[in-house]
Formats: sequence, structure tokens, C-alpha cells
Amino acid sequence: MAHAEIDFGKASRAALKDPQLRANFRRAMDGLMSKRAAQFADSAEWHAMRALGASVRLRALSKLPELLEKLEETCTRNGITVHWASTTDEANAIVLEIMLRVNAKLAVKGKSMVSEEMHLNAFLEKHGIEALEADLGEYIVQLDQEMPSHIIMPAIHKNTKQIAQLFREKIKEAEYTEDVAQLTDLARRVLRKKFMNADVGISGVNAAVAETGTLCLVENEGNGRMVTTVPPVHIALMGLEKVVEKLEDVPPVLSLLTRSATAQPITTYVNMITTPRKHGEKDGPREIHLVILDNGRSKIYADEELRHTLRCIRCGACMNHCPVYTRVGGHAYQAPYPGPIGKILIPQIEGLGTRGAMPHACTMCNACVEICPVQIPIANLMNRLREEAVHPGPAVKDAGAQASKAEALVWKGWAATFSSPTAYRMATTVLSAVGNAAPASLPLLKEWTSVRVKPRFAGRTLHDLARDRGIPDA
Amino acid sequence: MPDARSSILASLRASRDAHPVETVASDFTVLREKRWEPAERLERVKRMMEAVHTEFVDATEQDWPAVVQAVLREAGAKTLLYAPATDAGARLESGWAEGGPELVRYDRPVDEFKEEMFTGIDAGITQTLGAIADTGSLVLWPGADEPRLLSLVPHIHIALLKADALYDTFWQVMTENRWAEGMPTNALLISGPSKTADIEQTLAYGVHGPKRLIVVVIH
Repeated sequence: MAHAEIDFGKASRAALKDPQLRANFRRAMDGLMSKRAAQFADSAEWHAMRALGASVRLRALSKLPELLEKLEETCTRNGITVHWASTTDEANAIVLEIMLRVNAKLAVKGKSMVSEEMHLNAFLEKHGIEALEADLGEYIVQLDQEMPSHIIMPAIHKNTKQIAQLFREKIKEAEYTEDVAQLTDLARRVLRKKFMNADVGISGVNAAVAETGTLCLVENEGNGRMVTTVPPVHIALMGLEKVVEKLEDVPPVLSLLTRSATAQPITTYVNMITTPRKHGEKDGPREIHLVILDNGRSKIYADEELRHTLRCIRCGACMNHCPVYTRVGGHAYQAPYPGPIGKILIPQIEGLGTRGAMPHACTMCNACVEICPVQIPIANLMNRLREEAVHPGPAVKDAGAQASKAEALVWKGWAATFSSPTAYRMATTVLSAVGNAAPASLPLLKEWTSVRVKPRFAGRTLHDLARDRGIPDA
Repeated sequence: MPDARSSILASLRASRDAHPVETVASDFTVLREKRWEPAERLERVKRMMEAVHTEFVDATEQDWPAVVQAVLREAGAKTLLYAPATDAGARLESGWAEGGPELVRYDRPVDEFKEEMFTGIDAGITQTLGAIADTGSLVLWPGADEPRLLSLVPHIHIALLKADALYDTFWQVMTENRWAEGMPTNALLISGPSKTADIEQTLAYGVHGPKRLIVVVIH
């Protein structure tokens, strides 16, 4: 199915013109960066922890097929039903089938980025089932029919005033207030009724333990515990890379996750779920379903270099530190995963045809590489995807889709000039003599000069100047 | 339709066998060496948890039911949900003075009194398995005797903590107690009252779970 290319450039230019949006992001990201730095003030501890985190993730990837089988086995033994989905359509169908079987009208959701990948809410709505986001940030963006703009803080693009107005418009019993405690309390009252009456709870998974068949969730609000404890049925959605081998692998992963994401030593709740309600227990779901989603991940796994994308623990720290993300905000990416991780993950899932611009939305400043808690070489992967975008090949969907004859020609000319001393001398002499006469509107040059000052060629070449200083030609 | 499970696993296996993933040994020393003097642990637990609005009161093995009663009276709580099947539940019943908040037994499936639990209960009380100094977290293994929602639905959560049940790290708790050999239905770490910063990064407490977490330290 052919889709039009998603225009990141246009969306980002629009975002850059919105001073409110830029102020909201700047303020939030500055705070998150300094608080995270304080969490990892002990440099020796940071290096030891991230080496441990990376080793846990690499070990999991090295045994991925075995660990997924083991997870299925332990979960099944625990009474959790395991489902496999190659595509988001299959995953949606699995969720719907469970819903229809239990005659569900209302599902409450904890934060799940995989469900965003699936566009699950819209899908369920089409089938007459209400899917209500219960994480406060997700609830806010759902009320405004938006997408999350950050994987950890979905409503980070809005300020209190905007949320106050939204609540007054969309919630019946709301009175206008800009008091954050009152706004929070309002959401509490609305959502508690929903938790009580929901037929199904849907959650994501932060880590699934193959050894014990345990699903781990971190959160601050309690909505994650509500959706996994109150409704009679719990459906957990996970990307297939979320598995870890051993239970003892969980503490380092969660510690790196919460400290990197929101600069907390730990979240308010760490919720480890191993079985449905057992005989004699008085609460908890009677059924738990685990949906393991591929959606392009096994293809990512096939490439020796690109598979390191799958180490990610979804902390979002790369977003917080990205100079591009901070300026254009999350919505410009038009994807469930924005920022650096989105720029390497989304083109691999959706293809370089529609997403070829994403790996270019990067200044290669390496800030994300320095703070990634599991040492993903994000910049290298970004560079690799830029190459994949212009060279047809099997590694990435729609590789070569961005190839341009003009660009290839320019690079060929560049290479020829730089590999021949005569050609190089001629080119530099000509450019220093008449290069500045070239109009800014020249094709190709225009791409640069439309947003930047035209570079000026110096009157004399570097070789000339060097000779003046008595440095002989080699 | 091809079976998703076998096609996913076959693809992963072929890719991995063609190009194995290079690994490095996991060195847990950094967690193993995170230690505090026993005397420091409680102080650290308090400091970390108070920083996120947890409240602490001291009590003894003898007087804790009275301390709980006083705390609840001060909070204006009229009802306390508790687990009658636990040791603490039995102590609570026997030590509960007349005129205190009404004790509500959590001795039947939630499905039979969901509405009452959500709308008619002010506080819930649970035991804990201990606390973790590193992160300031309570460890709970709810189960048949002490249900999961006791620490979630009531607006106030009272948690009983034995002053000598203290650990250094989450990793230490699970490895020393051999959790991997048998995980319960649900294991929890609780590090404060429910909170959110989803509205413009402003911290607000009590979004979905308890608005107050009061730890009664039993010396």
C-alpha cells in the first residue's frame, strides 16, 4: 500500500512558529535534563549501571527466540494466556476477540506505547467499544483528540491554561480552574467511576521476565495498578523486545528507566504481575492475556547493526536531550515515537518511503548517545538509515526510496574532484575567482540558501596561503 | 493464515543464528556493593519517602493499633478497610478502642462490594515485608489474606513497617529472599502516595491511588 511521504519539514516549520509550544517544551526539557543529571551525579555508578543495563539488554537480544518461548511457557504455567501478533492488525483483532467474548463495553487503559502503534483506541471505537486512557497525560491528549507528544509525558506540549480550558469544554461537571491540584482531583473523580465499571483493563509492559513469567510495570499515578487489578480481564501489550532473561535483571533496568525518564530514584509503584486471581484471592483479574507484537521488529533484528535499536527501554531521555525535539516538539514527527529513538525506530517499522525524512532530522550532536542508559549507538544508526534511504537493499523497508540522481551526481563529482590533484586545483581556483558570482537562486544551492546565508568563497585558496608561509606542496 | 508465533520465532532464530549478538557479562557489583549501615537505613527510607510526601509515625508492638486510631481520627477518616485474616488484622480487632473509625472487613471478593469500596472507604491498612533504603520503597506481597486493592483504592493508605525489616536495594530483596523460585500473584514496591506531574510538570498528589501514605514504623 503506497502512502504519501510524511512531511516532517512542513510540520516542523509550523511548530517552530508557535512560541507557546516552544516555551512549553524548552521549560520542560531544561528541567528534565538538570534533574536527570542530578540522579546520575556519581559518575562511576552511572558508568557501572549503564554497562550493566546494556549487558542485560544485549543478553536478552542474544537469546531472543529462546527467551520468548520460555516467557510463553512460564506465563502459560502461571495462567496467563499468550498471543502472538505479526502485525498491528493481528494484535487489534486479538484484543477485539477477547473484548467481544466477554461482552466488553468499556476498556480502561494504562499507558502503552504499543497500543499507540496499533491505533487501538480508534480501532475499538469503530467496533463500539469505549477505550479510555487513564494516565492523566494520556487522558488529556485523548480529550483533545491528539497524539502524545512525548512517550513519558504525553501532554508536555500543553500548559496549565490550555488544560484548564480543555477540561471546562470537555468534562461536564468541570468548573474553570487553573489550580493543578483541583484539575487533578477532577480527573480522579471522573476516572475512578470508569475503573469501577470497566470490563477490561489494558496495559503495556516495561519488562517481561522469561524466568518467572512476570510482567513488570512502573508508574506514579496508580492508574496502572487500577487497570491491572480492578477489571475482571487484563490485556497486556508488549513489543517482542521487552523480554529480559532473569528476575534479577529487572532492578537495574527499572532503575535506569525511572532515573533517566523522570529523574526519580524509582516510580511510586513498581507492579509485578505473575498470575491471574488465584482461588481464595479477593481481587485481581480472573483472566490475563499477554499479546506479543512483532510489527517489524523481527526485521530490525535481522540486521546486525540495526538490531541495537531493540535494546531500547523507552525512557525518553533521548527526547529530553535532543536539540531538534526540544524545538519542534513531539507532534512534528507525526509518529508514536518522536525524538531520536523515533527517528531510528519509525523508519524501520514504517519504511523509508514515507519516513525517509526522519533520520535527517538530526544534527549528529551525540547528546542522546551520551545519555542513553543502555548505550544504543543512536547517531551511528541514524547515519546508517540515511545511507539505506538512498541505496536500494534488503535491510530496511523501502530502502533506496529517497535516492536522487542529482544528489548521486553531485557526490560523484565531489569524489572525482577530491581524488585528482589537477581537478581539485582547477576547481578551487575557479571557485575562488568566480564562485561568489553564482546567484543564491541556483538549483541545489537554493536548498541551502533558502534558510541560510550563502557561503562566501575566500579570494585565495588554502594552498595558496600555505605557500605564502613557505609550506611546500607535498 | 500463517501462524504468527512460528513465523516470528523462525525469523528471529534464523537472524540470530546467521549473526549472533555479541554480549558482555552482566556485572552486578554496583548493586551488590550498595550498602548502608543498619542504623542509616531507616533514616534514608524516611528521607527518600518524605521527599515524595509520605508521612511517618512511630509506634511499638503494643501500641500500634492505638497509634493508627489516633492518626485516622486526626485525618477525619470514618472507615478503615482491613484484612481480618492477617496477624495485623487480628491485632487491630482486639486493640480497637470504642468510638474509633469503623472497621470494614475485606473478607469477600471485591466484586461483591466494588461500589462501596470506591465510594464509602476512607482508609486501608496493610502490612509490608520491609523497606528498601536505596530508593525509599515499601515491599508488599498482597495475596489471599491481604488483597491488592487495600493499598490502592482507599484515599489513605496506612502501611505497617517493622523497624528491623530493612534492605539496601531492590536487587538485594529479591536475590536474598529467592523471589525467582516462586513469585506471588502480585509483588509491589510502593514509594509514596499516588502522584502525577502530567500538568505542566507540576507535582500533584492523589491522582488515582491514595492521596496520603502513612507509614507506621513499629519498633
